[in-house]
Amino acid sequence: MYVLAQIVLAIALLWGIRLMGKTETARLGNRLAAASLLTAIVLVLGRSGTLNMPIILVSLAVGSAIGLILALRITMLQIPQMVALLNGLGGAASLLTALLAVAGGKGTGSLVGPAAGSMAVAVGGVTLGGSLVAAAKLHRLLPQQPVCARANRLIAPVLLVLLGLSVGMAIFPAGFGTMPGLMAVAVCAVAFGVFFALPVGGADMPITISLLNAMSGIAASVCGLVVDDALLVAAGAIVGATGLILTRVMCAAMNRSLFQVLVGASATPATEPVAGIATDESAPPAATPAPGACGASAAFDPVECLLEARRVVIVPGYGMALGEAEALVRDLYEFLERRGVDVKFAIHPVAGRMPGHMTVLLADVDIPYDKMIQLDAINPEFAQTDVAIVVGACDVVNPAAITAKGTPIYGMPILHVHEARRVIVCNADTQPGYSGIENPLYARDNVALLLGNAASTLDNLLKELQLRGHQT
Amino acid sequence: MPEHSKPWRNAPDRKDLPVRLLLLLVVFAVSTAAGYRIIRRVPPLLHTPLMSGMNAISGVTVLGSLAATAAALSTGSRLLGAAAIVLAMINVVGGFVVTDRMLGMFRSKH
Repeated sequence: MYVLAQIVLAIALLWGIRLMGKTETARLGNRLAAASLLTAIVLVLGRSGTLNMPIILVSLAVGSAIGLILALRITMLQIPQMVALLNGLGGAASLLTALLAVAGGKGTGSLVGPAAGSMAVAVGGVTLGGSLVAAAKLHRLLPQQPVCARANRLIAPVLLVLLGLSVGMAIFPAGFGTMPGLMAVAVCAVAFGVFFALPVGGADMPITISLLNAMSGIAASVCGLVVDDALLVAAGAIVGATGLILTRVMCAAMNRSLFQVLVGASATPATEPVAGIATDESAPPAATPAPGACGASAAFDPVECLLEARRVVIVPGYGMALGEAEALVRDLYEFLERRGVDVKFAIHPVAGRMPGHMTVLLADVDIPYDKMIQLDAINPEFAQTDVAIVVGACDVVNPAAITAKGTPIYGMPILHVHEARRVIVCNADTQPGYSGIENPLYARDNVALLLGNAASTLDNLLKELQLRGHQT
Repeated sequence: MPEHSKPWRNAPDRKDLPVRLLLLLVVFAVSTAAGYRIIRRVPPLLHTPLMSGMNAISGVTVLGSLAATAAALSTGSRLLGAAAIVLAMINVVGGFVVTDRMLGMFRSKH
Protein backbone atom coordinates (compact mmCIF):
# COMPACT_ATOMS: atom_id res chain seq x y z
CA MET A 1 0.00 0.00 0.00
CA TYR A 2 2.70 2.42 1.05
CA VAL A 3 4.77 1.40 -1.96
CA LEU A 4 1.84 2.14 -4.25
CA ALA A 5 1.38 5.59 -2.71
CA GLN A 6 5.10 6.22 -3.15
CA ILE A 7 4.92 5.32 -6.83
CA VAL A 8 1.92 7.61 -7.35
CA LEU A 9 3.69 10.45 -5.56
CA ALA A 10 6.90 9.93 -7.54
CA ILE A 11 4.91 10.14 -10.78
CA ALA A 12 3.12 13.27 -9.58
CA LEU A 13 6.48 14.80 -8.72
CA LEU A 14 7.90 13.97 -12.14
CA TRP A 15 4.80 15.34 -13.82
CA GLY A 16 5.16 18.55 -11.83
CA ILE A 17 8.79 18.89 -12.90
CA ARG A 18 7.74 18.28 -16.49
CA LEU A 19 5.19 21.07 -16.27
CA MET A 20 7.88 23.34 -14.82
CA GLY A 21 9.74 23.05 -18.09
CA LYS A 22 7.20 25.16 -19.98
CA THR A 23 6.54 28.80 -19.28
CA GLU A 24 2.75 28.53 -19.43
CA THR A 25 2.51 25.66 -16.96
CA ALA A 26 5.56 26.26 -14.79
CA ARG A 27 3.66 27.69 -11.83
CA LEU A 28 1.19 24.81 -11.83
CA GLY A 29 4.09 22.37 -12.02
CA ASN A 30 5.78 23.90 -9.01
CA ARG A 31 2.55 23.65 -7.04
CA LEU A 32 2.02 20.05 -8.08
CA ALA A 33 5.55 19.18 -6.95
CA ALA A 34 4.97 20.98 -3.65
CA ALA A 35 1.64 19.20 -3.14
CA SER A 36 3.14 15.76 -3.77
CA LEU A 37 5.97 16.45 -1.35
CA LEU A 38 3.56 17.62 1.35
CA THR A 39 1.39 14.54 0.80
CA ALA A 40 4.47 12.38 1.20
CA ILE A 41 5.24 14.11 4.50
CA VAL A 42 1.71 13.49 5.80
CA LEU A 43 1.95 9.88 4.67
CA VAL A 44 5.19 9.31 6.57
CA LEU A 45 3.72 11.01 9.63
CA GLY A 46 0.74 8.67 9.47
CA ARG A 47 3.06 5.67 9.50
CA SER A 48 5.16 6.91 12.37
CA GLY A 49 4.47 6.01 15.98
CA THR A 50 3.09 8.66 18.31
CA LEU A 51 6.08 8.48 20.64
CA ASN A 52 7.95 11.54 19.35
CA MET A 53 5.01 13.17 17.61
CA PRO A 54 4.97 16.44 19.59
CA ILE A 55 8.60 17.29 18.90
CA ILE A 56 8.14 16.30 15.24
CA LEU A 57 5.13 18.54 14.76
CA VAL A 58 6.80 21.48 16.48
CA SER A 59 9.90 21.05 14.29
CA LEU A 60 7.77 20.89 11.15
CA ALA A 61 5.94 24.08 12.15
CA VAL A 62 9.11 25.97 13.09
CA GLY A 63 10.90 25.01 9.88
CA SER A 64 7.90 25.88 7.71
CA ALA A 65 7.45 29.25 9.40
CA ILE A 66 11.12 30.20 8.96
CA GLY A 67 11.05 29.06 5.34
CA LEU A 68 7.88 31.01 4.64
CA ILE A 69 9.18 34.21 6.19
CA LEU A 70 12.48 33.92 4.30
CA ALA A 71 10.74 33.28 0.99
CA LEU A 72 8.31 36.16 1.36
CA ARG A 73 10.87 38.73 2.48
CA ILE A 74 13.59 38.04 -0.05
CA THR A 75 13.96 40.42 -2.99
CA MET A 76 14.52 39.12 -6.49
CA LEU A 77 18.05 40.51 -6.40
CA GLN A 78 18.80 38.17 -3.50
CA ILE A 79 17.52 35.01 -5.17
CA PRO A 80 20.99 33.54 -5.89
CA GLN A 81 22.11 33.67 -2.25
CA MET A 82 18.70 32.41 -1.11
CA VAL A 83 19.00 29.36 -3.37
CA ALA A 84 22.56 28.76 -2.18
CA LEU A 85 21.54 29.04 1.47
CA LEU A 86 18.54 26.72 1.14
CA ASN A 87 20.74 24.28 -0.71
CA GLY A 88 23.15 24.23 2.20
CA LEU A 89 20.35 23.63 4.69
CA GLY A 90 19.12 20.70 2.61
CA GLY A 91 22.63 19.25 2.66
CA ALA A 92 22.80 19.73 6.42
CA ALA A 93 19.46 17.97 6.86
CA SER A 94 20.69 14.99 4.82
CA LEU A 95 23.87 14.89 6.90
CA LEU A 96 21.99 14.88 10.21
CA THR A 97 19.43 12.35 9.01
CA ALA A 98 22.11 9.93 7.87
CA LEU A 99 23.92 10.27 11.20
CA LEU A 100 20.70 9.64 13.07
CA ALA A 101 19.69 6.67 10.95
CA VAL A 102 23.05 4.95 11.28
CA ALA A 103 23.11 5.66 15.02
CA GLY A 104 19.75 3.92 15.30
CA GLY A 105 20.80 0.98 13.15
CA LYS A 106 23.99 -0.15 14.82
CA GLY A 107 22.59 -3.57 15.55
CA THR A 108 21.96 -4.66 12.00
CA GLY A 109 25.55 -5.69 11.48
CA SER A 110 25.39 -5.11 7.74
CA LEU A 111 27.70 -2.89 5.80
CA VAL A 112 24.93 -1.12 3.91
CA GLY A 113 23.96 1.26 6.70
CA PRO A 114 27.45 2.57 7.48
CA ALA A 115 28.55 2.58 3.83
CA ALA A 116 25.54 4.47 2.47
CA GLY A 117 25.45 6.50 5.69
CA SER A 118 29.00 7.76 5.33
CA MET A 119 28.32 8.54 1.66
CA ALA A 120 25.27 10.60 2.64
CA VAL A 121 27.18 12.36 5.41
CA ALA A 122 30.06 13.10 3.03
CA VAL A 123 27.94 14.49 0.18
CA GLY A 124 25.66 16.36 2.58
CA GLY A 125 28.65 17.88 4.36
CA VAL A 126 30.33 19.07 1.16
CA THR A 127 27.00 20.55 0.04
CA LEU A 128 26.63 22.35 3.37
CA GLY A 129 30.14 23.80 3.45
CA GLY A 130 30.18 24.76 -0.20
CA SER A 131 26.71 26.30 -0.23
CA LEU A 132 27.28 28.43 2.85
CA VAL A 133 30.47 29.87 1.36
CA ALA A 134 28.68 30.46 -1.97
CA ALA A 135 25.79 32.19 -0.18
CA ALA A 136 28.21 34.35 1.81
CA LYS A 137 30.03 35.34 -1.37
CA LEU A 138 26.80 36.18 -3.16
CA HIS A 139 25.63 38.20 -0.16
CA ARG A 140 28.99 40.01 -0.18
CA LEU A 141 29.94 38.81 3.26
CA LEU A 142 33.01 37.27 1.64
CA PRO A 143 35.07 38.74 -1.19
CA GLN A 144 33.91 37.84 -4.68
CA GLN A 145 37.41 37.12 -5.92
CA PRO A 146 38.86 33.66 -5.67
CA VAL A 147 40.15 33.37 -2.10
CA CYS A 148 43.44 31.60 -1.40
CA ALA A 149 43.30 29.69 -4.65
CA ARG A 150 46.94 28.71 -4.44
CA ALA A 151 46.80 27.33 -0.90
CA ASN A 152 43.63 25.57 -1.88
CA ARG A 153 45.45 23.48 -4.42
CA LEU A 154 47.35 21.93 -1.51
CA ILE A 155 44.61 21.85 1.12
CA ALA A 156 41.78 20.41 -0.97
CA PRO A 157 43.57 17.16 -1.96
CA VAL A 158 44.67 16.64 1.66
CA LEU A 159 41.10 17.07 2.86
CA LEU A 160 39.92 14.70 0.16
CA VAL A 161 42.34 12.02 1.35
CA LEU A 162 41.26 12.56 4.95
CA LEU A 163 37.65 12.30 3.84
CA GLY A 164 38.37 9.00 2.13
CA LEU A 165 40.17 7.67 5.20
CA SER A 166 37.32 8.62 7.52
CA VAL A 167 34.77 7.02 5.21
CA GLY A 168 36.84 3.85 5.40
CA MET A 169 36.95 4.16 9.16
CA ALA A 170 33.19 4.49 9.35
CA ILE A 171 32.55 1.47 7.18
CA PHE A 172 35.11 -0.80 8.80
CA PRO A 173 35.06 0.41 12.36
CA ALA A 174 38.03 -1.61 13.58
CA GLY A 175 38.21 -0.42 17.15
CA PHE A 176 36.90 3.07 16.48
CA GLY A 177 33.20 2.46 16.16
CA THR A 178 30.94 3.69 13.40
CA MET A 179 29.82 6.94 15.00
CA PRO A 180 33.24 8.53 15.58
CA GLY A 181 34.06 7.58 12.01
CA LEU A 182 30.94 9.31 10.73
CA MET A 183 31.71 12.40 12.80
CA ALA A 184 35.14 12.54 11.20
CA VAL A 185 33.52 12.18 7.79
CA ALA A 186 31.19 15.08 8.58
CA VAL A 187 34.02 17.39 9.69
CA CYS A 188 36.22 16.58 6.70
CA ALA A 189 33.31 16.92 4.28
CA VAL A 190 32.25 20.34 5.54
CA ALA A 191 35.85 21.55 5.49
CA PHE A 192 36.31 20.24 1.97
CA GLY A 193 33.08 21.99 0.90
CA VAL A 194 34.36 25.29 2.28
CA PHE A 195 37.71 24.98 0.54
CA PHE A 196 36.10 23.95 -2.67
CA ALA A 197 33.86 27.02 -2.83
CA LEU A 198 36.36 29.62 -1.55
CA PRO A 199 38.48 29.81 -4.70
CA VAL A 200 35.47 30.20 -6.99
CA GLY A 201 35.23 33.68 -8.46
CA GLY A 202 32.04 35.70 -8.80
CA ALA A 203 31.28 35.07 -12.44
CA ASP A 204 31.82 31.33 -12.02
CA MET A 205 29.02 31.26 -9.46
CA PRO A 206 26.34 29.98 -11.88
CA ILE A 207 28.41 26.84 -12.35
CA THR A 208 29.08 26.39 -8.65
CA ILE A 209 25.45 26.84 -7.66
CA SER A 210 24.34 24.32 -10.28
CA LEU A 211 26.87 21.81 -9.02
CA LEU A 212 25.92 22.30 -5.38
CA ASN A 213 22.29 21.93 -6.35
CA ALA A 214 23.07 18.59 -7.94
CA MET A 215 24.97 17.52 -4.84
CA SER A 216 22.11 18.35 -2.49
CA GLY A 217 19.95 16.04 -4.60
CA ILE A 218 22.51 13.26 -4.52
CA ALA A 219 22.87 13.68 -0.75
CA ALA A 220 19.10 13.27 -0.34
CA SER A 221 19.11 10.26 -2.64
CA VAL A 222 21.88 8.46 -0.76
CA CYS A 223 20.08 9.34 2.44
CA GLY A 224 17.12 7.48 0.95
CA LEU A 225 19.32 4.39 0.61
CA VAL A 226 20.16 4.65 4.31
CA VAL A 227 16.61 4.97 5.57
CA ASP A 228 15.26 2.65 2.87
CA ASP A 229 12.77 5.08 1.33
CA ALA A 230 12.24 4.70 -2.42
CA LEU A 231 10.55 8.09 -2.90
CA LEU A 232 13.50 9.83 -1.26
CA VAL A 233 15.91 7.96 -3.53
CA ALA A 234 13.87 8.85 -6.62
CA ALA A 235 13.33 12.53 -5.87
CA GLY A 236 16.95 13.05 -4.87
CA ALA A 237 18.17 11.38 -8.05
CA ILE A 238 15.96 13.62 -10.20
CA VAL A 239 17.35 16.74 -8.53
CA GLY A 240 20.86 15.39 -9.00
CA ALA A 241 20.30 14.81 -12.71
CA THR A 242 18.87 18.29 -13.26
CA GLY A 243 21.69 19.93 -11.38
CA LEU A 244 24.25 18.09 -13.47
CA ILE A 245 22.54 19.12 -16.71
CA LEU A 246 22.54 22.76 -15.64
CA THR A 247 26.18 22.49 -14.60
CA ARG A 248 27.08 21.24 -18.06
CA VAL A 249 25.05 23.96 -19.77
CA MET A 250 26.71 26.66 -17.64
CA CYS A 251 30.21 25.32 -18.25
CA ALA A 252 29.60 25.29 -22.00
CA ALA A 253 28.26 28.86 -21.88
CA MET A 254 31.39 30.05 -20.09
CA ASN A 255 33.85 28.05 -22.12
CA ARG A 256 35.26 26.66 -18.87
CA SER A 257 35.78 23.11 -17.80
CA LEU A 258 34.38 22.12 -14.43
CA PHE A 259 37.91 21.37 -13.27
CA GLN A 260 39.12 24.89 -14.09
CA VAL A 261 36.28 26.36 -12.07
CA LEU A 262 36.91 24.11 -9.09
CA VAL A 263 40.62 24.76 -8.81
CA GLY A 264 39.90 28.47 -9.11
CA ALA A 265 42.03 28.89 -12.19
CA SER A 266 41.23 32.45 -13.09
CA ALA A 267 41.28 32.99 -16.81
CA THR A 268 44.43 35.13 -16.84
CA PRO A 269 46.51 34.77 -13.70
CA ALA A 270 48.47 37.92 -14.50
CA THR A 271 45.58 40.32 -14.13
CA GLU A 272 43.49 40.59 -11.02
CA PRO A 273 40.03 39.33 -11.95
CA VAL A 274 37.35 41.99 -11.71
CA ALA A 275 34.46 41.18 -9.41
CA GLY A 276 31.43 42.09 -11.44
CA ILE A 277 31.13 41.10 -15.07
CA ALA A 278 31.46 44.70 -16.02
CA THR A 279 30.39 46.97 -13.23
CA ASP A 280 32.08 47.68 -9.96
CA GLU A 281 30.02 49.32 -7.26
CA SER A 282 32.95 51.32 -6.06
CA ALA A 283 33.29 53.06 -9.42
CA PRO A 284 32.62 56.78 -8.96
CA PRO A 285 29.11 57.40 -10.28
CA ALA A 286 29.91 61.09 -10.59
CA ALA A 287 31.84 60.48 -13.79
CA THR A 288 28.63 60.17 -15.76
CA PRO A 289 28.81 62.28 -18.87
CA ALA A 290 25.58 63.67 -20.21
CA PRO A 291 24.28 61.76 -23.21
CA GLY A 292 24.94 63.61 -26.37
CA ALA A 293 27.91 65.38 -24.91
CA CYS A 294 29.49 62.10 -23.99
CA GLY A 295 32.98 60.75 -24.30
CA ALA A 296 35.41 61.03 -27.16
CA SER A 297 34.63 57.58 -28.47
CA ALA A 298 31.06 58.53 -29.36
CA ALA A 299 31.18 59.10 -33.08
CA PHE A 300 27.42 59.52 -33.08
CA ASP A 301 24.73 60.89 -30.83
CA PRO A 302 23.16 58.01 -28.88
CA VAL A 303 19.93 59.91 -28.27
CA GLU A 304 19.40 60.73 -31.90
CA CYS A 305 20.21 57.24 -33.10
CA LEU A 306 17.76 55.76 -30.58
CA LEU A 307 15.04 58.16 -31.75
CA GLU A 308 15.60 57.02 -35.33
CA ALA A 309 15.93 53.31 -34.56
CA ARG A 310 13.33 50.77 -35.68
CA ARG A 311 14.89 47.68 -34.13
CA VAL A 312 16.60 47.70 -30.75
CA VAL A 313 18.10 44.86 -28.72
CA ILE A 314 18.91 45.38 -25.05
CA VAL A 315 21.64 43.19 -23.51
CA PRO A 316 21.49 43.10 -19.70
CA GLY A 317 24.40 41.87 -17.58
CA TYR A 318 25.32 41.65 -13.93
CA GLY A 319 26.09 45.38 -13.93
CA MET A 320 22.38 46.04 -14.36
CA ALA A 321 21.68 44.07 -11.20
CA LEU A 322 24.48 45.79 -9.29
CA GLY A 323 23.31 49.24 -10.33
CA GLU A 324 19.67 48.25 -9.64
CA ALA A 325 18.83 49.65 -13.04
CA GLU A 326 16.07 47.13 -13.92
CA ALA A 327 13.23 49.64 -13.53
CA LEU A 328 15.01 52.16 -15.78
CA VAL A 329 15.62 49.47 -18.37
CA ARG A 330 11.88 48.82 -18.27
CA ASP A 331 11.16 52.56 -18.69
CA LEU A 332 13.50 52.70 -21.66
CA TYR A 333 11.80 49.63 -23.13
CA GLU A 334 8.35 51.16 -22.69
CA PHE A 335 9.45 54.48 -24.15
CA LEU A 336 10.77 52.78 -27.26
CA GLU A 337 7.75 50.46 -27.56
CA ARG A 338 5.42 53.44 -27.50
CA ARG A 339 7.32 54.90 -30.42
CA GLY A 340 6.66 51.74 -32.37
CA VAL A 341 10.21 50.42 -32.02
CA ASP A 342 10.73 46.67 -32.02
CA VAL A 343 12.54 46.02 -28.71
CA LYS A 344 13.94 42.68 -27.60
CA PHE A 345 16.12 41.51 -24.74
CA ALA A 346 19.10 39.25 -25.43
CA ILE A 347 19.73 36.83 -22.58
CA HIS A 348 23.10 35.12 -22.23
CA PRO A 349 22.89 31.90 -20.18
CA VAL A 350 25.56 32.97 -17.70
CA ALA A 351 24.78 36.68 -17.41
CA GLY A 352 24.43 37.27 -13.68
CA ARG A 353 25.17 35.05 -10.75
CA MET A 354 22.98 32.04 -11.37
CA PRO A 355 21.47 30.29 -14.39
CA GLY A 356 18.73 32.47 -15.86
CA HIS A 357 19.36 35.28 -13.36
CA MET A 358 18.60 38.08 -15.85
CA THR A 359 15.22 36.63 -16.74
CA VAL A 360 14.04 36.82 -13.16
CA LEU A 361 15.25 40.39 -12.71
CA LEU A 362 13.49 41.50 -15.90
CA ALA A 363 10.31 39.62 -15.04
CA ASP A 364 10.36 41.39 -11.68
CA VAL A 365 9.91 44.73 -13.49
CA ASP A 366 7.10 43.36 -15.68
CA ILE A 367 9.00 42.72 -18.89
CA PRO A 368 7.00 40.05 -20.76
CA TYR A 369 8.98 36.84 -21.14
CA ASP A 370 8.30 36.57 -24.86
CA LYS A 371 10.53 39.64 -25.24
CA MET A 372 13.47 37.80 -23.68
CA ILE A 373 15.31 35.95 -26.39
CA GLN A 374 18.02 33.40 -25.78
CA LEU A 375 21.47 33.37 -27.32
CA ASP A 376 20.94 31.12 -30.34
CA ALA A 377 17.70 32.78 -31.37
CA ILE A 378 18.81 36.39 -31.06
CA ASN A 379 22.28 36.18 -32.61
CA PRO A 380 21.11 36.06 -36.26
CA GLU A 381 19.03 39.19 -35.56
CA PHE A 382 21.87 41.51 -34.58
CA ALA A 383 22.79 42.13 -38.22
CA GLN A 384 19.35 43.69 -38.75
CA THR A 385 19.44 45.61 -35.48
CA ASP A 386 19.75 49.40 -35.57
CA VAL A 387 20.91 49.85 -31.99
CA ALA A 388 22.11 47.33 -29.42
CA ILE A 389 22.14 48.66 -25.86
CA VAL A 390 24.52 46.87 -23.49
CA VAL A 391 23.67 47.42 -19.82
CA GLY A 392 26.43 46.23 -17.50
CA ALA A 393 27.74 43.31 -19.55
CA CYS A 394 31.28 42.80 -20.81
CA ASP A 395 32.54 39.26 -21.37
CA VAL A 396 29.29 37.99 -22.86
CA VAL A 397 29.54 40.58 -25.67
CA ASN A 398 33.31 40.41 -26.15
CA PRO A 399 34.09 39.75 -29.83
CA ALA A 400 37.54 38.53 -28.77
CA ALA A 401 35.77 35.23 -28.11
CA ILE A 402 35.42 34.88 -31.88
CA THR A 403 38.56 36.57 -33.15
CA ALA A 404 41.33 36.29 -30.57
CA LYS A 405 42.68 32.77 -30.84
CA GLY A 406 44.66 31.71 -27.82
CA THR A 407 42.83 33.86 -25.29
CA PRO A 408 40.91 32.05 -22.56
CA ILE A 409 37.54 33.17 -23.82
CA TYR A 410 38.20 32.10 -27.40
CA GLY A 411 35.32 29.82 -28.37
CA MET A 412 32.95 31.00 -25.67
CA PRO A 413 29.50 31.62 -27.15
CA ILE A 414 28.78 35.36 -27.06
CA LEU A 415 25.99 37.69 -28.07
CA HIS A 416 26.91 39.16 -31.46
CA VAL A 417 26.35 42.75 -30.44
CA HIS A 418 29.20 43.88 -32.71
CA GLU A 419 27.07 43.01 -35.74
CA ALA A 420 24.48 45.65 -34.88
CA ARG A 421 24.64 48.93 -36.78
CA ARG A 422 25.22 50.96 -33.64
CA VAL A 423 26.00 49.95 -30.07
CA ILE A 424 25.43 51.93 -26.88
CA VAL A 425 27.35 50.60 -23.89
CA CYS A 426 26.15 51.59 -20.41
CA ASN A 427 28.96 50.09 -18.34
CA ALA A 428 30.76 51.34 -15.26
CA ASP A 429 34.11 51.48 -17.01
CA THR A 430 36.05 50.00 -19.90
CA GLN A 431 37.95 47.58 -17.68
CA PRO A 432 38.05 43.97 -18.83
CA GLY A 433 35.37 41.73 -17.38
CA TYR A 434 35.85 38.63 -15.27
CA SER A 435 37.84 36.92 -18.00
CA GLY A 436 40.48 39.66 -17.83
CA ILE A 437 40.39 40.07 -21.61
CA GLU A 438 40.10 43.58 -23.05
CA ASN A 439 36.89 44.14 -24.97
CA PRO A 440 37.78 45.49 -28.47
CA LEU A 441 34.14 46.52 -28.87
CA TYR A 442 34.74 49.71 -26.86
CA ALA A 443 37.23 51.05 -29.38
CA ARG A 444 34.96 50.79 -32.43
CA ASP A 445 33.56 53.98 -33.86
CA ASN A 446 30.00 52.70 -34.12
CA VAL A 447 30.03 52.22 -30.35
CA ALA A 448 29.06 54.96 -27.87
CA LEU A 449 30.23 54.53 -24.31
CA LEU A 450 28.06 55.91 -21.52
CA LEU A 451 30.28 55.21 -18.54
CA GLY A 452 29.19 55.22 -14.94
CA ASN A 453 26.58 53.63 -12.75
CA ALA A 454 24.00 52.01 -15.04
CA ALA A 455 21.06 53.56 -13.20
CA SER A 456 22.27 57.15 -13.54
CA THR A 457 23.45 56.84 -17.17
CA LEU A 458 20.13 55.27 -18.15
CA ASP A 459 18.25 57.93 -16.24
CA ASN A 460 20.08 60.68 -18.13
CA LEU A 461 19.60 58.93 -21.43
CA LEU A 462 15.90 58.50 -20.79
CA LYS A 463 15.37 62.15 -19.79
CA GLU A 464 17.15 63.31 -22.90
CA LEU A 465 15.11 60.93 -25.03
CA GLN A 466 11.83 62.16 -23.57
CA LEU A 467 12.84 65.77 -24.06
CA ARG A 468 13.94 65.40 -27.63
CA GLY A 469 11.31 62.82 -28.48
CA HIS A 470 8.67 65.45 -27.88
CA GLN A 471 10.29 67.94 -30.17
CA THR A 472 10.31 65.63 -33.14
CA MET B 1 5.09 1.61 17.19
CA PRO B 2 4.50 -0.07 13.87
CA GLU B 3 7.32 -2.33 12.85
CA HIS B 4 7.90 -0.82 9.45
CA SER B 5 8.45 2.69 10.71
CA LYS B 6 12.03 1.87 11.60
CA PRO B 7 13.30 -0.27 8.81
CA TRP B 8 16.96 -0.02 9.74
CA ARG B 9 16.27 -1.26 13.26
CA ASN B 10 14.25 -4.29 12.46
CA ALA B 11 16.52 -5.02 9.60
CA PRO B 12 14.87 -7.20 7.02
CA ASP B 13 16.25 -10.71 6.67
CA ARG B 14 19.84 -10.71 5.71
CA LYS B 15 18.82 -12.46 2.51
CA ASP B 16 16.31 -9.74 1.75
CA LEU B 17 18.72 -6.85 2.24
CA PRO B 18 20.72 -7.03 -1.02
CA VAL B 19 17.47 -7.32 -2.93
CA ARG B 20 16.09 -4.14 -1.35
CA LEU B 21 19.34 -2.34 -2.01
CA LEU B 22 19.40 -3.48 -5.60
CA LEU B 23 15.80 -2.32 -6.01
CA LEU B 24 16.67 1.10 -4.61
CA LEU B 25 19.67 1.37 -6.90
CA VAL B 26 17.38 0.61 -9.85
CA VAL B 27 15.04 3.34 -8.63
CA PHE B 28 18.05 5.66 -8.48
CA ALA B 29 19.11 4.87 -12.04
CA VAL B 30 15.61 5.12 -13.49
CA SER B 31 14.91 8.43 -11.76
CA THR B 32 18.20 9.91 -12.92
CA ALA B 33 17.39 8.95 -16.50
CA ALA B 34 13.83 10.26 -16.22
CA GLY B 35 15.00 13.56 -14.72
CA TYR B 36 17.61 13.92 -17.45
CA ARG B 37 15.09 13.32 -20.23
CA ILE B 38 12.50 15.70 -18.82
CA ILE B 39 14.86 18.55 -18.10
CA ARG B 40 17.09 18.40 -21.12
CA ARG B 41 14.96 20.70 -23.23
CA VAL B 42 13.96 23.33 -20.69
CA PRO B 43 14.44 26.85 -22.12
CA PRO B 44 17.16 28.97 -20.42
CA LEU B 45 14.37 31.39 -19.59
CA LEU B 46 13.24 29.00 -16.85
CA HIS B 47 16.64 28.03 -15.47
CA THR B 48 16.39 30.05 -12.28
CA PRO B 49 12.87 28.96 -11.25
CA LEU B 50 13.72 25.40 -12.24
CA MET B 51 16.80 25.37 -10.08
CA SER B 52 14.96 26.95 -7.21
CA GLY B 53 12.16 24.38 -7.52
CA MET B 54 14.65 21.53 -7.68
CA ASN B 55 16.27 22.98 -4.62
CA ALA B 56 12.94 22.77 -2.81
CA ILE B 57 12.51 19.16 -3.89
CA SER B 58 15.95 18.28 -2.54
CA GLY B 59 14.39 19.01 0.86
CA VAL B 60 12.62 15.68 0.33
CA THR B 61 15.24 14.41 2.74
CA VAL B 62 12.70 15.50 5.37
CA LEU B 63 10.97 12.15 4.76
CA GLY B 64 14.08 10.45 6.09
CA SER B 65 14.39 12.89 8.97
CA LEU B 66 10.78 12.22 9.99
CA ALA B 67 11.15 8.44 9.95
CA ALA B 68 14.44 8.60 11.82
CA THR B 69 13.15 11.02 14.43
CA ALA B 70 9.99 9.00 14.98
CA ALA B 71 12.18 6.03 15.92
CA ALA B 72 14.62 8.03 18.04
CA LEU B 73 14.91 6.83 21.62
CA SER B 74 17.48 9.08 23.29
CA THR B 75 17.13 12.80 23.90
CA GLY B 76 20.24 13.48 21.87
CA SER B 77 18.93 11.79 18.77
CA ARG B 78 15.55 13.46 19.21
CA LEU B 79 17.23 16.86 19.17
CA LEU B 80 19.34 15.86 16.19
CA GLY B 81 16.19 14.74 14.40
CA ALA B 82 14.34 17.92 15.29
CA ALA B 83 17.20 19.99 13.87
CA ALA B 84 17.17 17.93 10.68
CA ILE B 85 13.41 18.41 10.28
CA VAL B 86 13.61 22.17 10.85
CA LEU B 87 16.44 22.59 8.31
CA ALA B 88 14.75 20.40 5.72
CA MET B 89 11.43 22.21 6.11
CA ILE B 90 13.08 25.61 5.66
CA ASN B 91 14.47 24.20 2.42
CA VAL B 92 11.14 22.75 1.28
CA VAL B 93 8.77 25.59 2.19
CA GLY B 94 11.22 28.40 1.42
CA GLY B 95 12.12 26.84 -1.91
CA PHE B 96 8.59 26.24 -3.14
CA VAL B 97 7.25 29.61 -2.02
CA VAL B 98 10.10 31.60 -3.55
CA THR B 99 9.74 29.62 -6.80
CA ASP B 100 6.03 30.36 -6.85
CA ARG B 101 6.72 34.06 -6.31
CA MET B 102 9.21 34.05 -9.15
CA LEU B 103 6.90 32.26 -11.56
CA GLY B 104 4.07 34.59 -10.59
CA MET B 105 6.04 37.45 -12.14
CA PHE B 106 6.46 35.72 -15.47
CA ARG B 107 3.89 36.98 -17.89
CA SER B 108 3.65 37.03 -21.64
CA LYS B 109 2.76 39.99 -23.78
CA HIS B 110 -0.82 38.88 -24.26
